[in-house]
Amino acid sequence: MAAARAEFSLSPSGHVRRRRIVNRTMESFGTLAALLAVGVLVLVVATVAIRAAPALDWSFFTKSPNLFGGPGGGISSAIVGSALIVGLATAMAVPVGVLVAVYLTEFAHPSIAGGIQLVLDVLNGLPTIVTGIFVYGLLVVGHTQSAYAGAFALAVVMLPLVARAAQEVLLLVPSALREGGLALGVSRWRTVLGVILPTTLGGILTGTVLAVARAAGETAPLLFTCSIFNPSVSTDVTHALPNIPVLIFTYSEQPDKTLHEQAWGAALVLMAFVLIASLTAKALLARSRRKLGR
Amino acid sequence: MSIGPSAYALRASRRRIGDRIGDVSLRGITLAAALAACVLLGAIVWKVVDLARPSISKYGLGFLTGQTWDPVKKVFGALPFIYGTALSSLVALLIAAPLAIAIGLWLSELAPRGFRGIVGSLVEMLAAIPSVVLGLWGILVLGPYLSHHLEPWLHGKLGFIPIFGAPEATGTGLFTAGLILTIMIVPIIASICRELFLQVPDELEEGALALGATRWEMIRGVILPATRTGIAAAIILGLGRALGEAIAVTQVIGGGTKISRNLFGPSDTLASKIAASYQGAASGLESSSLLYLAAILLVIGLLTNFIAQVIVRRFDPLRGAR
Repeated sequence: MAAARAEFSLSPSGHVRRRRIVNRTMESFGTLAALLAVGVLVLVVATVAIRAAPALDWSFFTKSPNLFGGPGGGISSAIVGSALIVGLATAMAVPVGVLVAVYLTEFAHPSIAGGIQLVLDVLNGLPTIVTGIFVYGLLVVGHTQSAYAGAFALAVVMLPLVARAAQEVLLLVPSALREGGLALGVSRWRTVLGVILPTTLGGILTGTVLAVARAAGETAPLLFTCSIFNPSVSTDVTHALPNIPVLIFTYSEQPDKTLHEQAWGAALVLMAFVLIASLTAKALLARSRRKLGR
Repeated sequence: MSIGPSAYALRASRRRIGDRIGDVSLRGITLAAALAACVLLGAIVWKVVDLARPSISKYGLGFLTGQTWDPVKKVFGALPFIYGTALSSLVALLIAAPLAIAIGLWLSELAPRGFRGIVGSLVEMLAAIPSVVLGLWGILVLGPYLSHHLEPWLHGKLGFIPIFGAPEATGTGLFTAGLILTIMIVPIIASICRELFLQVPDELEEGALALGATRWEMIRGVILPATRTGIAAAIILGLGRALGEAIAVTQVIGGGTKISRNLFGPSDTLASKIAASYQGAASGLESSSLLYLAAILLVIGLLTNFIAQVIVRRFDPLRGAR
């Protein structure tokens, strides 16, 4: 009788206890991994902010880098240059990207659309230094480095991002809108341009902001196309313009402490821009998704 | 009075012609844009190979196994850089894959509901940090820390294994590069994994739990087998990113043209060698050999991406990859 009662005991046997321990261990490994990732993020952001603090003052944003290094000097010309290059790249990539997305969702046969999507995804995953080399061979060899060559290289990086983002929101447009347009006797192109694209404007905009955030931090495409420049403020896009990523890269390779300080300052500016842009874009994206009913 | 209908008909037919033209031209323009994207990929391959031609015709495939890179004697071979690329990516993958899968699981299954969104977007923010900023942090903060603390300790305890050799004083080297790459690819793999795990039907998970499985047994028995191919694709995508990263690696890897077993020594990857010599190579052969490295990198990049995308598509034809 006593033995039978022991068999039905509800307290966990050794086997169950071992399974529980394994389970607990694995769960805490997951928690630790997530904590580690967040910890690294906090560590990097905090380090950049703290180390950048001494460099940040008004002249940092209004002066150009000193020609031969040394203390003083700012990054105003690099901010102007980066804005111009990324702006040009956006102007090249967004129209083409949106058109590609319209073709994929509105016109293409599914199998062809699949092929083009594959091309876009492969393009997206290419090492960006190779993109830089391509543009170097196309526009720089035989000429000189220029801001528009750098912008073209960034546009190649942005194109698949914009196209995929635009395609995703276009796919969310309810087919009732398309059918409604066609049922009213409105032609295809008027439906696309007048009804479908306007409803996706918000989504395309946020996709664009995400692509801009990515492009603003890209250094590798600019290294061979727009890296040897005169550090003063200029808006001449036929010459190489100073820009933030290349500035950080070259300063970080120097042994000079004051240049490191400037690099941290520039890194903070760049990182703040990128993180704020991508966060707002993601928040907006979530909202427009909800609005289109997904 | 009799003019009305015919004018109306005329206007209607004009509009129909206008519509036809509009339809055809919109279709044509968008098709041209789509073709341009495809041509772009072709042009990249053609141009890079074209630039590397002098070196390709001199060395042929023997370039891949050439062990010396000596600009003075003008002898060039890619093996040291292929080795550096493989080893730094391997270090990154070995650390990143388990971490990223664990994060994906935590975000999709284990975390309290309120935390999932916040921690998920924090992990994605890690992916948004520009590589040049991460490299700056790597060279000025992580590198010195590693060379003063972690690497001497590992060298002291495990120095009998040749990969844990004497650390560099500067903290630049393969291991630092591997760690920086880890930070870059963990968020990529983790967010793809999270999406995958969320797609596993709830009924299967609940069924396993109802049969008395613990959560870990449910994960091991249901979720991981169901998403195995997707996880593989996510890891390959991360690998592709690690293999091709130029900037951050250039900043922290130290630069070297020798094949060394020491993980803590300086080295170079294909991408970092190209990036490090952006200010111009001396001889025509050296620069075309650098471009040959770019061509190798391009082929590797195309292959890894293509394989990953094909796997992802077969696994989930609806959504494709990101």
